[in-house]
Amino acid sequence: MKPILILTGLGILTLLAELFRFRKALFPLVIIGLLGALAATISYAWYDDGAMGAFINGMLRFGSKEAVSFPMITSAIIITTALLWYLMQKDFLSDESNVTDHTALVMFMLAGAIILTCFSNLTMLFLGVEILSIPLYVMAGSRKNDLHSNESAFKYFLTGSFASGFLLFGIALIYGAVGSFDMNVIGEVMMDSAKAQPAFLYAGVVLLLVGMLFKVSAAPFHFWAPDVYQGAPTAVTALMSTVVKTAAIVAIANLFLSKVLGPLASFWAPVLAVCAALTLLIGNISAVVQTSVKRMLAFSSISHAGFLVMAVAAVGSSMAPRAIYFYTAAYSFASITAFTVLLNIIKAHRNDNVDSFNGLAKKNPLLAVTMTIGLLSLAGIPPTAGFFGKYYIFAAAFSSGYGWLAVVGILASLIGVYYYFRLIIAMYFRPADETAVTVSSTHQVLLFVTAVFTIVLGLLPDLLLNISAMADGK
Amino acid sequence: MSAIEIIPLQWYITLSALLFGLGVLGVLFRRNAIVILMCIEMMLNAVNLLLVAFSAHHSDPHAQVFVFFVMAVAAAEVAVGLAILIAIYRNTRTTDIDFLNQLKH
Repeated sequence: MKPILILTGLGILTLLAELFRFRKALFPLVIIGLLGALAATISYAWYDDGAMGAFINGMLRFGSKEAVSFPMITSAIIITTALLWYLMQKDFLSDESNVTDHTALVMFMLAGAIILTCFSNLTMLFLGVEILSIPLYVMAGSRKNDLHSNESAFKYFLTGSFASGFLLFGIALIYGAVGSFDMNVIGEVMMDSAKAQPAFLYAGVVLLLVGMLFKVSAAPFHFWAPDVYQGAPTAVTALMSTVVKTAAIVAIANLFLSKVLGPLASFWAPVLAVCAALTLLIGNISAVVQTSVKRMLAFSSISHAGFLVMAVAAVGSSMAPRAIYFYTAAYSFASITAFTVLLNIIKAHRNDNVDSFNGLAKKNPLLAVTMTIGLLSLAGIPPTAGFFGKYYIFAAAFSSGYGWLAVVGILASLIGVYYYFRLIIAMYFRPADETAVTVSSTHQVLLFVTAVFTIVLGLLPDLLLNISAMADGK
Repeated sequence: MSAIEIIPLQWYITLSALLFGLGVLGVLFRRNAIVILMCIEMMLNAVNLLLVAFSAHHSDPHAQVFVFFVMAVAAAEVAVGLAILIAIYRNTRTTDIDFLNQLKH
């Protein structure tokens, strides 16, 4: 609860900054606020009473005894990513005349993301999804005079509210079958296999699944993502493909990997497995033919959603939740690196073609090296964090009987290696042109930090995994 | 017995599913952005009807509170949607969504 209060408070404070003219203090204020929210999240690890972390009548739970670690760790990952993102977007928000409005929108959006990590009531699931989405519709359309930004915002809005409709209908049908929105009550009813469930409960689960798959842009509900990601301002695209994706997949994990819908796994797990396989193939094969790096990263983000959905389909494995948060951390850090470099390239070249990366290694070695580390992590090559992320997900898939899915995943990663390496080859082996690429000192620090995170998690993956083991032991 | 309980639950489910389906078809096949916004509203209101019917059926007020949340969120959502639509209209002078294909290659 504390991180949500801090983030909404921060959002209101940033709105006041416009009113009382302390806009200059905004940047340090937001950094301190986000660090505060991070500290508040981590402090839940030291609570040890049985009723810990239940708020608003138990509608939000930061940890009941059996799930102490997942909401906390995923919240921490989301807030850390947001902090890195905030360092990255400095230019984007200061270019805008209404910087306070946009900062406030991001803070409210983060509060929604935190709600999605810890909801324990389907009302909160719906509210979290909406609080996460509505500010983003505005952010995607923040270049009001740019038709691409308009189009991106409207497509995002249409698919987002369409998906919310499905989500709501699913929630209503589940409520009708169970008679409660509380996830503990729903879990008890699901466990009680002696009682036959009405058919519309299953329809409700399918509709809920459709709504959430829309949000993570998993096939066959991914068609909106490339256009939306390409049309939105690059900084907003980075936010969508890291924080939003993490929050949405964590919400899916909270629903499907827990005792709420877990008992129905034999019904939905095969569906999710097929969706994951489709997502992996469509995302990776479409990424190969893109010339725009931003659009390529959009398709790559679809394919990473496929890996995460695969981990949810591997519900039988106790490894699955850990694989999910490790993968989101690895993916978010690598994406932030890639988008930071892309921002600098777009600033220098005014376009985002693969050719713009030619000879970057000679022009700016720091950008080239950190981009390489980020791309290697996205491709899943050791010694980067992405390798272990993929490894844990494949292990989870194998141990829960989805060997074929893991094989599809491995094939898809091989295709991924091709298009990530196309960029690396452009940076190192193509002749450079005259355009100079300069990097601000904030971005230098940021790139250094994300690259170090990526390498450290790749060399010592137990660091992050053991945090959860420690928390589980309590 | 209140009026909402006289009609069997099954009828409410059918009616809501029909309304929801009409909304979905409208979103998929209509070309005018305003009509699409109205169809999304129809989807959400079909859910509201269903929630209220279930609420009466279970004699549980939680779903009625949820309906208020849905209404508030739908209002916020449509406000943002119309604002984006106005931005588009200023740039293109049309509300036809076929115009939104600038990003296709």
